[in-house]
Amino acid sequence: MSVVATSTIVDAHVEEVHEHHEEQNFWKKYVFSEDHKTIAKQYMITGIFWAVIGIAMSVVFRLQLGFPGINLSWLKPVLGRWITETGTLDPNFYLALVTMHGTIMVFFVLTAGLSGTFSNFLIPLQIGARDMASGFLNMLGFWFFALSSVVMFISLFLHTGPAAGGWVIYPPLSALPQAHMGSEMGMTLWLSSMALFIISSLLGGINYITTVINLRTRGMTFSRLPLTIWAFFITAVLGLISFPVLFSAALLLIFDRHFGTSFYLSEIYINGEALPNMGGSPILFQHLFWFLGHPEVYIVLLPALGMTSEIIATNARKPIFGYRAMIASLLGIAFLAFVVWAHHMFVTGMNPFLGSIFMFLTLIIAVPSAVKAFNYITTLWRGNIIFTPAMLFSIGLVSLFVSGGVTGIILGNSALDIQLHDTYFVVAHFHIVMGAASAFGFFAGIYHWFPKMFGRMMNNSMGQIHFWATFIGVYLIFYPMHYIGIAGFPRRYYQFTTYDFAKSYTNLNMFVTIAAIFTFAAQFIFLWNFFYSMFKGKTAPLNPWRSNTLEWTTPVVPGHGNWVGEIPAVYRWPYDYSKPGAAEDFIPQTVPYSATPESNLPHETALIAEEKELGEINLNDQFRTAH
Amino acid sequence: MIYLVGILGLVFLVMAIVVISRMQSVMKSVNKDVQNDEPVANNKLNGTMWIVTLVLGLVGTIWSYYAAKDGFLPEASSPHGRRTDELFWFSMALMMISFLAVNVLLFYFSWKYQYKKGNKATFYPDNHKLELIWTAIPAVVMAVLVFTGYRAWTDIMSEAPNNSQVIEIMGKQFGWMVRYGGTEDNKLGNYNYKLIDDNVQNPMGLDFSDEASFDDISHVSEMHVIKGRPVSLKIRARDVLHSVFIPHMRVKMDAVPGMPTKFWFTPDKSTDEMRAELGKPEFDYEIACTEVCGRGHFSMRMRLIVEDEASFKKWQSEQPTVLSAVLQTKPDYISRIPENLRAKAMKYAPAAPAADSTVAQTGTAAASSAALR
Repeated sequence: MSVVATSTIVDAHVEEVHEHHEEQNFWKKYVFSEDHKTIAKQYMITGIFWAVIGIAMSVVFRLQLGFPGINLSWLKPVLGRWITETGTLDPNFYLALVTMHGTIMVFFVLTAGLSGTFSNFLIPLQIGARDMASGFLNMLGFWFFALSSVVMFISLFLHTGPAAGGWVIYPPLSALPQAHMGSEMGMTLWLSSMALFIISSLLGGINYITTVINLRTRGMTFSRLPLTIWAFFITAVLGLISFPVLFSAALLLIFDRHFGTSFYLSEIYINGEALPNMGGSPILFQHLFWFLGHPEVYIVLLPALGMTSEIIATNARKPIFGYRAMIASLLGIAFLAFVVWAHHMFVTGMNPFLGSIFMFLTLIIAVPSAVKAFNYITTLWRGNIIFTPAMLFSIGLVSLFVSGGVTGIILGNSALDIQLHDTYFVVAHFHIVMGAASAFGFFAGIYHWFPKMFGRMMNNSMGQIHFWATFIGVYLIFYPMHYIGIAGFPRRYYQFTTYDFAKSYTNLNMFVTIAAIFTFAAQFIFLWNFFYSMFKGKTAPLNPWRSNTLEWTTPVVPGHGNWVGEIPAVYRWPYDYSKPGAAEDFIPQTVPYSATPESNLPHETALIAEEKELGEINLNDQFRTAH
Repeated sequence: MIYLVGILGLVFLVMAIVVISRMQSVMKSVNKDVQNDEPVANNKLNGTMWIVTLVLGLVGTIWSYYAAKDGFLPEASSPHGRRTDELFWFSMALMMISFLAVNVLLFYFSWKYQYKKGNKATFYPDNHKLELIWTAIPAVVMAVLVFTGYRAWTDIMSEAPNNSQVIEIMGKQFGWMVRYGGTEDNKLGNYNYKLIDDNVQNPMGLDFSDEASFDDISHVSEMHVIKGRPVSLKIRARDVLHSVFIPHMRVKMDAVPGMPTKFWFTPDKSTDEMRAELGKPEFDYEIACTEVCGRGHFSMRMRLIVEDEASFKKWQSEQPTVLSAVLQTKPDYISRIPENLRAKAMKYAPAAPAADSTVAQTGTAAASSAALR
């Protein structure tokens, strides 16, 4: 290692580092902050804000589905003329609600809220870095997201309503303002908002990748990275490759809408008028959209799986089973995520041969996913499990991941997809495997790292109640929904009374709605716990979960730069829990093998020789000589 | 069905009671420190909850299946539909096994290996043999599913047989229209979207410079097919995406403006037979839309009537041709037909007053779709 070269560079930086220690003004500290921890909290609060709106929307349209024609005039103060004079929900607004629920939950809550919060918060803390590679870009990333949020929020109040073509905004419906009122200004704002959102997630992604590659502390090799970081890293790569494709799809749609091009439009007669557009293809949009859309599922899910790995190992007091297999399966899922997009398009008239290829590739994903599930279960086996709320949500995530995953195998089979495509079976499937599972990851993450974020503990018992209500509630909503799907009920229907084949199951739909209301109500337990504990919670100890990873070696509330003094070196992997021979049931990553002769495995004893050298090198740490 | 709600409601109630009782224990433990024998409050209780949830969940799963299964997969009326149904239940059985196995293990382990004072977890970081086994098993199962699925898929998507009845179906906001080749040449004439004109009763844009289109008939609320004869659907849309969904036939294919698609199937149970089989005299096959297309997406119902050849022929001969409807609405439309074909076209001119009913239907459909926007 070029120790000398690095430390000269470091010396050159010492002076400008000192400037950072000056007290920052309010704007710099809380609003336009470049500190990754503050930015993470900004993402989290914005995500929670959107989650409340997004889930509330789903409750409104669930009311219509469970009780067709229900009198919603009590919502008139909020929804205004979207409630008709007879008190029913306007069918146009029903579509808008469905669309906005999807967009908000997928992009604003589960992409920005989940990955934005925890990638920002945990990457520097768990790899041993002072901050992100570029604090400024990181800040810019959040503010682009905030801007995109504002634009989307404004669209909710338009006279013609927000976008309403489903969250997938397939043209021509989304391209033609005359096709639906949601395709007027609402769609323009949707596309603008998404363009800003994509910029935000690219800025974030570049930062995550650069930080993980370049700013790891000494000794933190890739094979010693916590699985959380592996997951965030791979997620960022996925986003970096796929989001630009969504951008191009949106851009071409903007051209079609405003500049008279025909990328997606061909041979259309609408409202008594034959449009001049020829030669475009709506299917092209679907290919571009799902090239992002499918990886997006994993962009949402992988961070949750990463955090779960960490939390399950910590609270089972056991090393994660098959660390390398976990990384391999993450990589496998990430790679496959790019070659399965057309399984959303089996019945679009795409060449059937292409369909069979995509069926084959899709079903392969079951293999790495199964490996992950089995590894989690084996991690629990003969553990000494502590049911913190984070642990409960992590176990719940594994259950949902499996329960929602198995139905994916049915939908990925093109022959079976013919009947089930665009029915409630699909809705049930992806809400469990991607929506609820990722949301559980979000909750698990908050419960687990709350002490590090705010220096206070959340109330355990309330967290546990929140878990059981949510876990059971989610199953009660989405398990019966499969039945509705098997019966052939199509999605995005305002009501089912038009058809004989969809006349059954009115009670079941009612039940699903009641379960949804119950589950929504349960989230207020969390909100109370979250905000109350932020100010009034018990002060957190240094390492409340007795965990191995680096973030717990920082002060209770880490300041700017995270560690006081030198960044610790890392000597071992993060999963030395309950190691035979060790006095405690955990050995933090910062403890060298030379200090634990009683528990070292043979190949670890061999590493002791290298540890002294490791302790002396200084890769990136500007503070080493300063303190 | 009411029982389903009843029992699921009961599950709810039990859960609510559990939650309330736990709430009380929270109130007690709010100001108390964590008990000495538990690493976090209520550890033991949460361990037990896994088993309780598992048992209740299993009961709920099995019970709700039996309570709801009558509504599953409406009776299939096409051979390929029965094939995919079989495949569905076969896959579903495999999936149910893995779903139950994994969840049972997960919940059981969570309960069994909950924290006990003095216990130490087993340091067990990997086992390559085990991992190899559980990589291989899903891989083999997937191979079986891919293979069976692939064969069914290629058969379903193969070219329609030569003796198929060719029917065109077109989606629009908000309804379906079907078109038949007609009694004389039984051939669908050309169309051009620029010729679409609701005002002259040519909503499908038939091109009357092609004489094959003269005898074409169309309908806005019914599709008639012959029992046992393959049906080859030629699918298109004239405004936005739609998707043809015939639940009982296991048919689904998007209707795309500018890109005709197709699907073929063989209806092998007539409407009357299905009515008898299901014991529902008012039963009808239905065609729905499954690609969101705007405000009226949920109301694009069209009836599908499966009947024997004789009744089909009778129905077909009763339908007025599109051309006659056009000429009745706008007699000078004849000037837009090439001169050499005018004489032939005039044969369809409104000497036939029978056209009235269709005209009225199409007219209302067009008006209502404009109003629905």
